[in-house]
Amino acid sequence: MLQSESKRYGERAIKWLLASCAVLSVLTTTAIVFSLIGPTIGFFEVVPADDFFFGVDWTPQFEPPSFGVLSIVAGTLNVALWGMLFAIPIGLGSAVYLSEYASPRVRRTIKPALEVLAGIPTVAIGFFAVSFILPEIIVPLWPGELLGGAEGKPFLALAAGLGIGLMVVPIIASISEDAMSAVPRGLHEGAYALGATKAKVAVRVIFPAALSGIVASIVLAISRAVGETMIVVLAAGSTPKFTLNPVESIQAMTSYIATTATGDISTGTVDYKSVFAVGTVLFVMTLVMNVVSIRLVRRYREVYE
Amino acid sequence: MSAASGASAPRNRLAVAGARSTTEAMLRNQPRGDVIRNAIFAGLLLLAVCIALAGLLALLIQAFAKGSSALTLDLITNPPSTAFPDKAGYRPAIIGSLQLIAGVMLFVVPVGIGAAIYLEEYADGSRWWNRLIEINIQNLAAVPSIIYGILGLAFIVRGPMDLGFILAAGSLTLALLVLPMVIIASREALRAVPDSIRQGSLALGATQWQTIRTQVLPASVPGIATGVILAVSRAIGETAPLLLVGATVFVTFDPTPFGSDGYSAMPVQIFNYALRPQEEFQALAAAGIIVMLVVLLAMNSFAIWLRNRYEQRW
Repeated sequence: MLQSESKRYGERAIKWLLASCAVLSVLTTTAIVFSLIGPTIGFFEVVPADDFFFGVDWTPQFEPPSFGVLSIVAGTLNVALWGMLFAIPIGLGSAVYLSEYASPRVRRTIKPALEVLAGIPTVAIGFFAVSFILPEIIVPLWPGELLGGAEGKPFLALAAGLGIGLMVVPIIASISEDAMSAVPRGLHEGAYALGATKAKVAVRVIFPAALSGIVASIVLAISRAVGETMIVVLAAGSTPKFTLNPVESIQAMTSYIATTATGDISTGTVDYKSVFAVGTVLFVMTLVMNVVSIRLVRRYREVYE
Repeated sequence: MSAASGASAPRNRLAVAGARSTTEAMLRNQPRGDVIRNAIFAGLLLLAVCIALAGLLALLIQAFAKGSSALTLDLITNPPSTAFPDKAGYRPAIIGSLQLIAGVMLFVVPVGIGAAIYLEEYADGSRWWNRLIEINIQNLAAVPSIIYGILGLAFIVRGPMDLGFILAAGSLTLALLVLPMVIIASREALRAVPDSIRQGSLALGATQWQTIRTQVLPASVPGIATGVILAVSRAIGETAPLLLVGATVFVTFDPTPFGSDGYSAMPVQIFNYALRPQEEFQALAAAGIIVMLVVLLAMNSFAIWLRNRYEQRW
């Protein structure tokens, strides 16, 4: 006997219970937005929006304080830029190698190694950046006094950038490889039949066909780089500077938040509110990139799957 | 054509042979530039992979080179100390991390799996609210961890929940951080169970929940467990949000879940040692990283083994 709306209240209760678990995730987002908005509005009552969004001096501890967020946005972009310059070629190269060149046996060893790299805590990468990448790689290889020289500086944007680059290589490699593997075999074989070489197939056929996935991986990697905290705190320093020079000590948005909002900060002060204003900027920046990346991934899935 | 083919078979064979040799000659005579370019391209790709792997290897070797001198039993059994770095260790941090993780599992396992079951088994994907939940989870998975720290500070430690700077607040913050990971992994595990199993069960008169409880869930346990382990290992290594919700860096006593005198966690303690320039503290930081990496690698390998061992092929 089929009944459409059964009187099994237990069944319905379970459904609602499970639904409330799912709704909790929406509540998390709402809570994030609410936690950010309140103090951010409070912040703009004290600091004019013009000074915040267009100022280039970030000196909250001075009297009078100056909150020009462009200074620490530049710090974040500085690190992200050098990180991506490292990670994009390495990540994409690895992805093409894994999807087009590697034998199944090689793939089976390299992919888990990249997964291990993806699982390393960022505090460990930050330590590596400041105690190995900086003294053992950047200082010996940096060409002399170029851009002010790297010698003798305890923190460098470039050190944090390379650390972050290492962190996001697995993201770029794995998402791009997924996208390249989703390109139908027929496109490969058609190109080979026309006499294309392996490199030409990879660059002119597979790469454009998987482009939306590749761009998605890069956008997601930039979003991770912008949101990364520990590597920047450990390796990039805490001196806000409006510059993209890689051999400077800078401060990023995340490291301002992490070093300012520690346990002993008192609520209601401008410093406390500034943390939320910076958090809002960071949240909006990463949200835009995440939405773009999710849409792009969905697009290649729609085209080929 | 067919009439002629019988008579002129030798001629046809000749034509085929001619065509083949012409084609092969053309293929073999690829321009030298192409051959060289091909080799350079393959070499560059291999170089990219090697640089990525060299980075990983260098990180591991450097941690061992710096930290091996501090790898003693004291590292695990002793509290941190600024006065005697040679006797200092991670005891409160390790205990803190274990409690944090226990709390994360307590929250994330029921809620994460529950949400995944709802979205996979009950939700009608064409309804806007279900799509909203889905997009929302994807976005949450990519929100920077420090933003969760801000959420923890303004919403859990203070504000509406007002728990204060206690370990349980840190635990809840980490749980919210990894919840999307658990949901996404569990959904994939549930999706891998074929519909015929569900239909068979329903056809025998089981209700939807009975079907899920006795058929779908047991079949997807390996996948879900893998996702939970990976999420927990992410939570173990997460530092930034804990800095905001009160994981104070210098705790010399064993923390408790609701004690208000502060707590510590493994990565936070590593961070604190790493900030001190003296050689002894750098060694302690490196040794802590080794301990954490060993634990994480063991967990990840177990997750991968679990996936391969119990994964069902339908």
